[in-house]
Amino acid sequence: MQTYDLEADGLRGLNASLHAQAQDTNQTAWEIVNPKGSHAIAVGLDAPIEVSVKGSTGYYCAGMNKQATIHVFGSAGPGVAENMMSGTVIVEGDASQCAGATGNGGTLIIKGNASSRCGISMKGIDIIVHGSIGHMSAFMAQSGNLVVCGDAGEALGDSLYEARLFVRGSVKSLGADCVEKEMRPEHLTLLAELLDRGGCDAKPEDFKRYGSARQLYNFNIDNAY
Amino acid sequence: MCGIVGLFLKDQALESRLGSLLTDMLITMTDRGPDSAGIAIYGDGASGRTKLTIQSDTPADSFAGLVPALADHIQGPLNLSIRDTHAVLTLAEGASDAARAALKDLRPEIRVMGRGARIEIYKEVGLPRDVAARFDLATMSGTHGIGHTRMATESAVTTMGAHPFNTGEDQCLVHNGSLSNHNSLRRKLRRAGVHIETENDTEVGAAYLTWKMQNGATLGEALQSSLDDLDGFFTFVVGTKDGFGVVRDPIACKPAVMAETDRYVAFGSEYRALVNLPGIDTARVWEPEPATVYFWSNDGAPTTQGKAA
Repeated sequence: MQTYDLEADGLRGLNASLHAQAQDTNQTAWEIVNPKGSHAIAVGLDAPIEVSVKGSTGYYCAGMNKQATIHVFGSAGPGVAENMMSGTVIVEGDASQCAGATGNGGTLIIKGNASSRCGISMKGIDIIVHGSIGHMSAFMAQSGNLVVCGDAGEALGDSLYEARLFVRGSVKSLGADCVEKEMRPEHLTLLAELLDRGGCDAKPEDFKRYGSARQLYNFNIDNAY
Repeated sequence: MCGIVGLFLKDQALESRLGSLLTDMLITMTDRGPDSAGIAIYGDGASGRTKLTIQSDTPADSFAGLVPALADHIQGPLNLSIRDTHAVLTLAEGASDAARAALKDLRPEIRVMGRGARIEIYKEVGLPRDVAARFDLATMSGTHGIGHTRMATESAVTTMGAHPFNTGEDQCLVHNGSLSNHNSLRRKLRRAGVHIETENDTEVGAAYLTWKMQNGATLGEALQSSLDDLDGFFTFVVGTKDGFGVVRDPIACKPAVMAETDRYVAFGSEYRALVNLPGIDTARVWEPEPATVYFWSNDGAPTTQGKAA
């Protein structure tokens, strides 16, 4: 286990050390202490290492992650795991706005609540939220899965493409072109796997599925103001 | 981008540390606003007295002999306490309008930054660390205060463009964001007789709240109607005589984090600003909801109603 004191040794040193880890590194376990809400912790990793952050993080923690598992033992600021390609990011607390934004792959697990714009423009990432999510979540979401065990805020899935949204609780309102869809057996199977991956003790049957009505794919003059 | 910090103390034992806690929070927010900084602090208020915080770019000339000069124009006790470019003029309750009129004649270069029984406002251009040192913010005590670090987007970097803005007796406003309808709103408010000094967007927001309240709204109602009448991005924090309020626009792009323990309620644009507060590791930390007006005051539990006004 490598321990890195962020307050004492600085951010550049941390990310340089983590970037230097090769595919076959023996230093697979890292612990970051004193994060104190700092920005850009453990961004751009590309090795199968496990990073534990002992506290809350600021903007863009675990951004652009590939392969690594990053576990935040606290809450995460805006843009956690933004543009993730693969790997896993787990937030024990809450996540601020734009969690998992534009993520291409991998899994983001938020044990608390996520704020507004969770999964905005997601492109293949799987996001599993144990709590609730804020307004404008999954805005223009393109692919991937968003699972919400709590409630969703206003304008869920506005202008979304092919991402699948599963919500157990209430949805304050649906965004343009987002509709509730039938939960078929293949969706229940998929959702069961996502809930298992996210460590959620929830039944797939309790969720509703939302997706694109596909009415905004082509320009329609009636949609113009 | 700008930074906002706020601290409302429930525990009187912390009051002597208010200035130092707020200074630390303010300096942490330098990355969000390195061009100006300001603070509104609610300290002691003597009964029967009121305070004007005044500012001059030439403090040595402006403040010299000011008390005797004013004594010819207004009744009652007068005291002047100078801190760098600012000074707090303490005078008899009800004498502040006469003092302002006299100041305009005697020292036209003096600007009034704040007025009220308890509020003092200090703001200047420069790095937050330097501004805090000039005013010796760390030594100030009080029950609550709000601070702002500015990264200007809508108007010039000047003292008058720095926050907080005084909106009424013991009230002030700080803003993170940018208002996009401030020009039309400024014209409207000026036609209604409201004095607006600069081309700054937040000053228009402050003037709007003042105007609403002059027309009978409570602060809570004025903030509520700002959600309809102000176009743009904003997280507002308002200071009141006995607490502070928070409102974010419905889109809520501009960040806001709150923390509460049994000793204080704190606001920061980022969690980073709060990390050195006592007991933060066990505090309840959350983000205020968009388009919702919150108040914290020492006369009750948090409320979304405008009772603080």
